[in-house]
Parts: sequence; structure tokens; C-alpha cells
Amino acid sequence: MSIVVYVEQSAGKIKKTSLEAVSYGFALAAKTGEGEVIAVALGSLAADELAAIGEAGAAKVLHISDERLNAGVIQAHASAVAQAFESTGATTLILAKSSLGDAVAARLAIKLHAGLVSNVVELPRLEGGFVVKRSIYTGKAFADTTITTSKKILAIKKNAVDQKLDGTKAKVESFSATISESDFASKITATERATGEVLLPEADIVVSGGRGMKGPENWGMLVDLANTLGAATGCSKPVSDIGWRPHHEHVGQTGVKVAPTLYIAIGISGAIQHLAGVNSSKCIVVINKDPEAPFFKAADYGIVGDAFEIVPQLTAALKAAY
Amino acid sequence: MKILVCITHVPDTTSKIQFTANNTKFDSTGVQFIIGPYDDYALARAVELRDQTGGTLTALNVGEAETEQTLRKALAIGADDAIRVNSFPKDSFFVAQQIAHFAKEGGYELILMGRESIDFNGGMVHGMVGELLGMPSFSPVMKLELEGTTVKMAREIEGGKEHLEGKLPLIAGCQEPIAEWKIPNMRGIMSARTKPLVVVEPVSQETQAEASSYQLPPAKGSVKLVDKDQVSELVRLLKNEAKVL
Ligand SMILES: Cc1cc2nc3c(=O)[nH]c(=O)nc-3n(C[C@H](O)[C@H](O)[C@H](O)COP(=O)(O)OP(=O)(O)OC[C@H]3O[C@@H](n4cnc5c(N)ncnc54)[C@H](O)[C@@H]3O)c2cc1C
Ligand SMILES: Cc1cc2nc3c(=O)[nH]c(=O)nc-3n(C[C@H](O)[C@H](O)[C@H](O)COP(=O)(O)OP(=O)(O)OC[C@H]3O[C@@H](n4cnc5c(N)ncnc54)[C@H](O)[C@@H]3O)c2cc1C
Repeated sequence: MSIVVYVEQSAGKIKKTSLEAVSYGFALAAKTGEGEVIAVALGSLAADELAAIGEAGAAKVLHISDERLNAGVIQAHASAVAQAFESTGATTLILAKSSLGDAVAARLAIKLHAGLVSNVVELPRLEGGFVVKRSIYTGKAFADTTITTSKKILAIKKNAVDQKLDGTKAKVESFSATISESDFASKITATERATGEVLLPEADIVVSGGRGMKGPENWGMLVDLANTLGAATGCSKPVSDIGWRPHHEHVGQTGVKVAPTLYIAIGISGAIQHLAGVNSSKCIVVINKDPEAPFFKAADYGIVGDAFEIVPQLTAALKAAY
Repeated sequence: MKILVCITHVPDTTSKIQFTANNTKFDSTGVQFIIGPYDDYALARAVELRDQTGGTLTALNVGEAETEQTLRKALAIGADDAIRVNSFPKDSFFVAQQIAHFAKEGGYELILMGRESIDFNGGMVHGMVGELLGMPSFSPVMKLELEGTTVKMAREIEGGKEHLEGKLPLIAGCQEPIAEWKIPNMRGIMSARTKPLVVVEPVSQETQAEASSYQLPPAKGSVKLVDKDQVSELVRLLKNEAKVL
């Protein structure tokens, strides 16, 4: 039996987190010995972009080209994906955790009567039931969760598996879904999106600043460092509360939860609520002038000193090394 | 207008997370329970909208008797009455079924929840309730304004936000800066004691994905400090030792 993966696009490009979900599906299919991965992609997408989903592990792509689906209209996406999923006879649906993915997955769970687990961090165990490991308490613990329904939906956390890059082009088929007008009743009237930047929830490297940066006028050096690394910029909650940085950059318990390979925290004290958003990072670097800052306890590497001196030096050292 | 706000009873954000009974139960020793921070935003906005529309506001929790202190706090902050569905909240689907049933029975037109619980972090209950009731659901919602039956919202997306327009009835999973957290005042605390808190029994026992055991992440090794005059040494370590560059 096949495994279906719902992939998201942003402005005509398949999102990287979705490609990771495809690779998760591929690894799961290998583990269960079950068939192939079928990706379901929505909205206007070029033929090349669709076929390239194969490189991450999909054998086939069902493309629902209805251009009303270019935008993330939650109910319409849920209806379209449900129909594509049912057409394949598959029992497992995978998707990447995201703002749209979560909302669509929840509706799909009811439509398909499928058990849903979110924040999945590794491949399921299959002995003694279908047991999925999920991150809970905002990264402070894990739970083994047993899905008891025959249909299953897994919303995958970033970095649950490595993205596969060496697959072959996928076969693309068009699929037509019947979506009722009422699914489009709520209108997206405008979208504001940072352009040309690495998106924080998807970034492999994050450069994050706290109140120790003293003011928004000092963010230039963090942006320089981020650009040098191809990183996204983040911040602590007070920084976005005061309006130094936009809300979508706020990292932590009540903000974005990131899972980069490298998180660089500059002038952030490391309050437990901030750490809750970064504890899934592979490597944490802390720059803080206070040697007693709690963040050092959660860090892999640290420099005690003044950010205003260290950050420009770090940027220069990186530029020199590459 | 009848507004429903769904409240979780969760460990305070500074709690040390531990498990007992051979890692099958959350250890609540010494843990202080609070209204989920996202639910607190939902509650704060719900109080404002109730005041704006002159409607009523009900707070609901699916939980055992100990969650009543949390519901009382919601009453102190401004809910008019409360419902406790008397059961351990076994999984998101179990909770969603209870909320959907009592929301329908009560004829609520606006249902506000938090973006996610801070214990199981599902971010799923609002969407499930929406689908069960055939209502639109949106999350994470950072702005919500009512103009008659039109609801204007902003929803956070990766790297930005989306502006939306929908119609009542509707469900939203809330986050900041939808409203400022409200702190109960003395009058609120006094009046909360006499506001109605009804206990009802669950309407279904069906579950789909229950947690069976828990683990803590491996302890972190200690930090390696680099001298502030040796910044290039940090680059070398990140590249050659941590292999993250
Ligand atoms: C329910 C709840 C939820 C919360 N959610 C979040 C959340 O999601 N995210 C979050 O971040 N916070 C959250 N908080 C707030 C959190 O408790 C802290 O208040 C906050 O993280 C502190 O931000 P900060 O580290 O930027 O500021 P501060 O704690 O003020 O720390 C500033 C740091 O900068 C250092 N510094 C100062 N000058 C320099 C310099 N020149 N060079 C280097 N270092 C310098 C200082 O030594 C200090 O360590 C939450 C709080 C609550 C109660
Ligand atoms: C001590 C304790 C132990 C728990 N153990 C488990 C467990 O083992 N397994 C498990 O799955 N759950 C457990 N829960 C329940 C958990 O708190 C959630 O209620 C439930 O799991 C749904 O979580 P979610 O992360 O999917 O919710 P989300 O989808 O993240 O929640 C979104 C919103 O839905 C609403 N909501 C969610 N849950 C409730 C609720 N119970 N009552 C009212 N509104 C709610 C809130 O507004 C919330 O912000 C436990 C709760 C307590 C107090």
C-alpha cells in the first residue's frame, strides 16, 4: 500500500519542510515494506517543480491544479487532500508541521476518521502497534503515542529525518477534486510575507537577538551575521513585544519553535520560556556579557563578552573562513 | 452573542517536567497549574468581545475535578459561567468530541481556543471541532475583530501573516498579540466564587492516539567557552568539531 504525503508550496516552490515529509514517507515505506510514496500538491506549479518532488522520495505526484488553491484556504485544502488520499486507498498520510499543515491535518483527521499525531520526531515503531514518538511539553519531553485507528496522519517536526536528495523524477498525474463553494467562503484578503529572507521556522541556522541588543537600530550587525551564514533572524519575546522586531520572529514557548542545526543567541538571558522554543536545536551558541546568564547552561559553545564587539568579529571571521 | 472559550489546565511554564509510575504518568508534585498561555490570550479577547457585544461568555474545560481552580480563575478574569466535562482529557480527538457536543448544544457562535496546549502541543483541537461542527476554523489567529457577523482576522504564517475575512459562526485558535493577558482583580475573584460552574459527563469515550509512556531528553553536556579575543576559534569549532557550518 502507498503512503500519501501532502506537500505545501509557497509562490510556486515546494517547501523544504514538505520535501522532508516526503523523505519521511519514503523511509516509512522502506520500513514497512509497503509500496511507494504518492505526493499530493495543490495549486499552480510548474511540471519540473512537481517532478522534482521525486528526488526527495516520491514515486508519483497527484497534482490538483485548481488555482484557487494557490493560497492556503484551510477548508478547501482539507477537502482536496481528502479526496486525493481516498483515491489512492492508502492508510497513512504524512505532512510537515506548519501554520497551514496543522490546520489542514486537524480537519483531515475528522474527515478521514484517522488518528492524528503532531510533532512527530522519528519513524514509528511497528512492533506491538503503531507507536509514534512525539515531542511534548514544548520540547521538554517526549511521549510514545499509540494510534489505534486504521487510518493515520502524522504531522512531522522539522529534522525528524534527513531530506533525501538522490531520488529520481516522479511521475506527475493530474487529479481533479470537487470542492464546494462553501469551502472558499472565508476569504484571504491580503498576505504580508517577508521576501528574500530565510523563513525562521524552516531555517537551518538562526541568529537571534534579545534585550541585550539595546535597540532596533543595532540589529544591522545581526542581519549581517545572518546573511553571512544564510541564516534566519529571530528574537526574544520582549524584543517583539516592544516592537523592535516583527512578531513572526519571536522565538519561544509562546512564539515560533525552531529546530535548526545551529542557533546563535545574542544578548538573550535564556529564560525557560525562551529555551522551550530552541531546545530542539542541534547546536546552540550563546554570546552574552554575563557569565551567569542561564542560557550558557543550555549551550554547546559560548563566548562571555560584549555582543557589540564580538558579533562584527564573528561575521568577519566567517567571511574569512569561506 | 454567545461566546465559548476553551481552557486548558497546564503546568506553569517554569515547571520542571518529570514522570512517575515507570514513566507512564506526569509527576505533578510541586507543579503549579495555570490557564494555558494561549488560552489566556483567547480568554482576554473573549472578555473584550463579550463586553463589546453585550453577550455572554462561557469557559469550558475537559478535565478532572482539580481543573476547577483553573476554571474559577477564568471566571475571575471575566467569564460568566463555566462547564467542566468530567473526564481525563485522553487525547485531542476525545477532547474535540466533547467540545463539539457542548458547543453545539449551547448554540455558541464564536468559539475561541488557544493556538495549542502547552503540554501536548497538538494545535489540533480547534480544527477538529471545526470539522465536527462544519464551521470554519483558523489558527494561529493574532487579531480578531467583529463587525456584525463579519469576522476580520490576521493569521500568522511562516515569515508573515495573512488577513482573513469570515462569517460567524467560527472558531479561532488564538495567540498574541490578539489581546493583553488579563489579571483578575479582587471583585472578579469574589464574584467567581458564586458564578455557575456546571459539571457534565463526557458524551463519548472514543480515543485515537493516547500517550502510553514518556521520556526526558538526554542531559545536555556542559558548555565549551571560547575566549572573547579568539572569535575565529569559535568558527573553527563549529566547522570541525560540531560540523554545523
Ligand atoms: C507565560 C510566559 C511565556 C513566555 N514566552 C516567551 C517566549 O516565547 N519567548 C521568550 O523569549 N520569552 C518568553 N517569555 C519571557 C521570558 O520569561 C523572558 O522574560 C525573556 O525571554 C527575556 O528576554 P531577553 O533574554 O531578551 O531579555 P533579558 O532577560 O533582559 O536578557 C538580556 C540579556 O542580554 C545580556 N546583555 C546585555 N547587554 C549585553 C551586551 N552588550 N552583550 C551581550 N549580552 C548582553 C544580559 O546579560 C542578559 O542576559 C515568557 C514569559 C512568560 C511568563
Ligand atoms: C495532568 C494532565 C495530564 C494529561 N495527560 C494527557 C495525556 O496523557 N495524553 C493526552 O493526549 N492529553 C493529556 N492531557 C490533556 C491535554 O492537556 C490536552 O487537553 C489534550 O491532549 C489536547 O491536547 P492538544 O495538545 O492536542 O490540544 P491543542 O490542539 O494543542 O489545543 C488547542 C486548544 O484547544 C483547547 N483545548 C485543548 N485541550 C482542552 C481541554 N482538555 N479542555 C478544554 N479545552 C481544551 C484549548 O483552547 C487549546 O489551546 C493531560 C492533561 C492534564 C491536566
